[in-house]
Amino acid sequence: MTTVHIGCGAGFAGDRFDAAGPVIADLARREGPRFLMFECLAERTLALAQGEKRRDPQRGWSPFLDRYLAPHLGPALAAGVRIVSNLGAANPLGAARRVQALARELGLPPIRVAALEGDDLRETHSDAEIRALPVLDGAEVLHQPLLAANAYLGARPVAEALATGADVVLVGRTTDSALALGPLIHAHGWDPEDLGRMAAGTLAGHLLECGAQVTGAYFADPGFKDVPDLAHVGFPIAAIAPDGTLTLGKPAATGGRVDRATVTEQILYEMHDPAAYLTPDCTLDVTALRLTEPEPDRVVLSGARGRPPPDTLKATVCVEDGWLGEAEISYAGPNAYARARLAAEVVATRLHERNLAPALDIVGAGASHDRGDLARTDARGLRGDGDYRVRAALRAPDRDTAALAVEEITALYCSGPAAGGGVRGGTTPQVATASVLVRPEAVAPRITVVGPGGAEDRR
Amino acid sequence: MKLPLHALAHARSGDKGDVSNVSLIACRAEAWETLAREVTEARVRASFRHLGATRVTRHDLPNLQAFNFVIEGTLGGGVNRSLGLDRHGKTLSYLLLEMEIEADPALLPEGSPYAPG
Repeated sequence: MTTVHIGCGAGFAGDRFDAAGPVIADLARREGPRFLMFECLAERTLALAQGEKRRDPQRGWSPFLDRYLAPHLGPALAAGVRIVSNLGAANPLGAARRVQALARELGLPPIRVAALEGDDLRETHSDAEIRALPVLDGAEVLHQPLLAANAYLGARPVAEALATGADVVLVGRTTDSALALGPLIHAHGWDPEDLGRMAAGTLAGHLLECGAQVTGAYFADPGFKDVPDLAHVGFPIAAIAPDGTLTLGKPAATGGRVDRATVTEQILYEMHDPAAYLTPDCTLDVTALRLTEPEPDRVVLSGARGRPPPDTLKATVCVEDGWLGEAEISYAGPNAYARARLAAEVVATRLHERNLAPALDIVGAGASHDRGDLARTDARGLRGDGDYRVRAALRAPDRDTAALAVEEITALYCSGPAAGGGVRGGTTPQVATASVLVRPEAVAPRITVVGPGGAEDRR
Repeated sequence: MKLPLHALAHARSGDKGDVSNVSLIACRAEAWETLAREVTEARVRASFRHLGATRVTRHDLPNLQAFNFVIEGTLGGGVNRSLGLDRHGKTLSYLLLEMEIEADPALLPEGSPYAPG
């Protein structure tokens, strides 16, 4: 009976760069096939990486590649832990070459890195062809300038990349769950037609892909849901038996907690119909899952059910979407709410006079839950005294117009209500997305091995 | 007695496009039936209407002592288009937990700060 162990070292592009350390140390003490996944590829990251690749075809991998891998590559290789990550972003092959170079710079033995490509629809489709694909959502932005169009590859090509024997597999856009299911298909020899096991592996990926969100992060609520040592929260490790039974835990001597509550929150995270979570590998159904807690910080899951996957692949299309200007200013002390409210009115009046439609919030008084509905914020009956920030946000096709939100908030220093301070703000280019459907046969995954014995043997 | 959902359950929100999903998980399995009776799609829609909620679908997961609410139209156009401060709707789980329902205090978790007296 072989058990496969998969740890997670990052759950999003901005995650902690040191989180993988304890995960590798724990995996080093385990037996059997062991993998470490880093999930770091947001839509925006991919769109920016595509832009970089257009400027320089040799680049376009994740800007975080060195930060995530440099500290952990040596320890992972020494422990026999193979790395699977979407740090390849817009250029997995370029990323593979970079990891080779990184290994040399770190004085490590030569390593084999496999790059999985083929998710980039713009290699095979014109922009017009992409716009003509069936649209799932976002049709209203598809006419805007295209930045990226990437299909979500499933776990099979990830498994094939691992079958090359590579120490590190770098992908671009795959489903996040494929970063775990791929290793499971490869190491357990699972048949991709076995939908029960595809479901079990998809669940493993779904639980691991957000890093510490399953081990006590995005969870703590002091006095109600307490989490030990959140500052050093341990990232998850899943042990998956041949039948798909999944045991979830975290490294010893780390913070966080793993129990029914933390795991249940993550099972349902970003899920719509719990009986139909769609991936290219299977349709996952969690409505008959069983959870047990055999010992502290350990949860065993079984009962994931699988049905056939959709017969099309989803692709995300990123388009340019103008600019967002955002700025804030503080009012504090006696009658602060009234002064903040007046400042918001001043900014709104001046931007409305230019026929612009800003959003105005009062941070500290309901900005998150009222979202610009200041009448609702007023109705909260807040004390006049306090410490509030007025926030203005404005979208525009051009940067100069979006910057008016920043200019009007800044002008409050000298031309607004009494004692406004602490202005911060800026403008950022915006990326909008649409989802389209593509036939699987229109997407051809390809694998290139960089390193000893590979297609690009650079010894 | 009237209790906020925060006293009886926990929640997590996630986003996909302009759709927010908020899970609601009973702290104690015994509270699930009460939540099923009180936290209807209509009441959740009322709580999120000011944010633009158009449709709410509740999925029941008694195996996880949980519910999953899929709330459409509530993210101001989604993470890429919203003018809101919280573009993902990460904070919306606690908007749901503000809802007050009629519940037996015997359903409160042990040592709850909401316990009467």
